[in-house]
Amino acid sequence: MTKSELIEQIAIRQPELSAKEVEAAVKIILEDITHSLSSGGRVEIRGFGSFSLHFREPRTGRNPKTGDPVDLQGKFVPHFKPGKELREQVNASRALGY
Amino acid sequence: MGALTKADLAEHLHAELGFSKREAKSMVEAFFEEIRSCLRENEQVKLSGFGNFDLRDKRERPGRNPKTGEEIPISARRVVTFRPGQKLKARVEDFDDADVIH
Repeated sequence: MTKSELIEQIAIRQPELSAKEVEAAVKIILEDITHSLSSGGRVEIRGFGSFSLHFREPRTGRNPKTGDPVDLQGKFVPHFKPGKELREQVNASRALGY
Repeated sequence: MGALTKADLAEHLHAELGFSKREAKSMVEAFFEEIRSCLRENEQVKLSGFGNFDLRDKRERPGRNPKTGEEIPISARRVVTFRPGQKLKARVEDFDDADVIH
């Protein structure tokens, strides 16, 4: 499922909102999550999961073309940990043959 | 700083888009429920600019009870993984951690 399909599906379930409004809402939700993470925060969605930052230590990488060593700085990467409900539902779907 | 929650997201939709509080709450619930419902049906969810929620089937593997040291197999299972997109990765990488102690 893509973002536009997600918007369509939500619009079907939310008849009081127009597709345009759902689209704007999805954009805000994703931007809020991104903004929270990029300012070092966490996001906790009960029943779904949590987003946080993981730190990658500085390391020496290589230029793939020349093979020269390059010093890479430490950096933060986004991390998602599925919540209990999502984990259980997804795993249960295996047994149902999906 | 507290974590961002569904209530914060709903409040923002109410303030920014003029949704009623009930509509805003329902919209936030529908957003996560729709993604979850897709993943339950073993379908990947791709949100461009943000990232992809993928599913992986894991085989049974040997494990251990960390308390007793007893060997117990970890059963075969399906798990959700998140692969952040370029845009999200780039925005997060820029975070200045000067105040954070690792």
